Amino acid sequence: MKKAIIVDDEPLARMVVKEYLQQHTSISVVQECNDGFEGIKAIMQHQPDVIFLDIQMPKINGFEMLELVEQPPAVIFTTAFDEYAIKAFESHAVDYLLKPFSQERFDKAIERLQERDAASSTGNTRELLETAAQGPQQSQRIVVKTGNKIKIIPIDDVHYLEAADDYVKIHTKEGAFLKNKTMGHFEKVLNTQQFVRTHRSYIVNVQLVTRIDPYEKENFLAQLKTGAQVPVSKTGYAKLKSVLGI
Amino acid sequence: MAASPLGTLKNKLLFAAAWLAWSLMQVKILHDWGFAWYVSAMDSLVSNVLLASVTIIVINNLRYYRPKRGKYIYVIIVCAAKAGIWSAIVKYAMINIYPNETEYLQFLDKFMPIRFDIALLITLCMALVSELYYTLDEQKDSEHRKTDAEKLAREAELYKLRQQLQPHFLFNSLNSISALITIQPAQARKMIQQLSEFLRGTLKKEDHQWISLDDELQHLQLYLDIEKVRFGHRLNTAVYSDESTRKLQLPSMLLQPLVENAIKFGLYDTTEPVTITISARRENNYLVVSIENPFDPETSSPKLGTGFGLRSVQRRLYLLFARNDLLSTNHIDNQFTTVIKIPQAV
Repeated sequence: MKKAIIVDDEPLARMVVKEYLQQHTSISVVQECNDGFEGIKAIMQHQPDVIFLDIQMPKINGFEMLELVEQPPAVIFTTAFDEYAIKAFESHAVDYLLKPFSQERFDKAIERLQERDAASSTGNTRELLETAAQGPQQSQRIVVKTGNKIKIIPIDDVHYLEAADDYVKIHTKEGAFLKNKTMGHFEKVLNTQQFVRTHRSYIVNVQLVTRIDPYEKENFLAQLKTGAQVPVSKTGYAKLKSVLGI
Repeated sequence: MAASPLGTLKNKLLFAAAWLAWSLMQVKILHDWGFAWYVSAMDSLVSNVLLASVTIIVINNLRYYRPKRGKYIYVIIVCAAKAGIWSAIVKYAMINIYPNETEYLQFLDKFMPIRFDIALLITLCMALVSELYYTLDEQKDSEHRKTDAEKLAREAELYKLRQQLQPHFLFNSLNSISALITIQPAQARKMIQQLSEFLRGTLKKEDHQWISLDDELQHLQLYLDIEKVRFGHRLNTAVYSDESTRKLQLPSMLLQPLVENAIKFGLYDTTEPVTITISARRENNYLVVSIENPFDPETSSPKLGTGFGLRSVQRRLYLLFARNDLLSTNHIDNQFTTVIKIPQAV
């Protein structure tokens, strides 16, 4: 028996999935969730085999929710997103269903799920997130987990990012948060006019830079409004200068 | 092609009167110089009728062959040639009419160069006047085309801004209907009818641009009712409008994006029960509508003013009234308010 979770903010939309699932006795719905927060809790609690996931939801969207899950299960998107927007994720998700969808179309998605090797689905969900993160809406905020709380950081509140082993430390006025991502990832998704990788281990919000002082040979230190100092390498200095227009 | 400066009756009369005055003056001068009345009159008649004809030819020539910018030397040469031909004809005609008036013919011969100069001056003046007239006319024409083109572009833009219907709304509504069909067929049918009526209203509104607040609110109610089916468990709406505002006019589909915006931040981005409030009142010569919605300060930053819905309304208001101060937003705690003022025709 496969365990499934439905995450959608519309009760009627969840109802359709449940109704269509009645044809598939090998899958049982263990929980329905109203939003991404509930979704994360339910995934941790039930360790489902598959989630039916809406994209546009309150608090955090479907992609952001998946980012916060350590071992994302197989995903079938159920969304009214237009086909064009969803095409990018097509190869990575098990399937995507455009609302409203038919029982036949739904059955096909379940078929794909059954065919899929369980071991590979997790890897695919990771890839899916990398693709999704490049969507234009993604770089407006960063969603992090602290303990069992979820925090949404608006991009303007980010002071600078610092590499920390397998994590990236996100420094904000409310302290630092860890996110299981690479510096390269953030360099790619963040707006390059606002965030500059000044150093192998640092990305800085240029809006906060007040001064750049020389420091040791060919290195610099960027002074932030907040009092923090961020190392700037030689190449980082050149990038910073071109963004600041000096 | 430009119209002739002599195209209007007023200008024709003016032209004729000027020539008449000029001719009478010439008769008087010649008579004062000692020529007989009939000689003076004939001289004036022949020379001025011919000269008037020359100027008419000049006016019409310029109408069909406009000189290029800076090529006015050709105009001068042509005028000079015409004035030359004119003097020859006048001389020939007068010799034939009065072969025996030797004194007059001597005078004609002696003064012909001066009369040529005067004729040249007159034709040049006429050429100048008509050139100015045609240039002005062309400018007016292109100005007219420009405003026409601007008006068309503006209408197209307004049309596009009105057309912004959220596709998500449509597809999610259809999905809700799909869910209702098996469990509550009657409710499903009702929602199809509401959705159809809403879409029909959206399409119909293209024709008449301004509608009464009452009609707009009815249309919005359909939209809100559909959203209530989707989010019935947590969406409340309150619409207030007093008697004095019902008949006030506003551009159609102007409030729709504002309410959509309120729904987007107030309903789509929150998880608690919410109330969306729409209230209308009259203030001096304005219809003032405010739309209130809660928002989640955790997930949406308060600078909602950048949302597309608001920007398109702002743009529409600018295109319609050439004003940027008719839309304002503010937020207190987690309550967001959008206020729109619509000037009423006096």
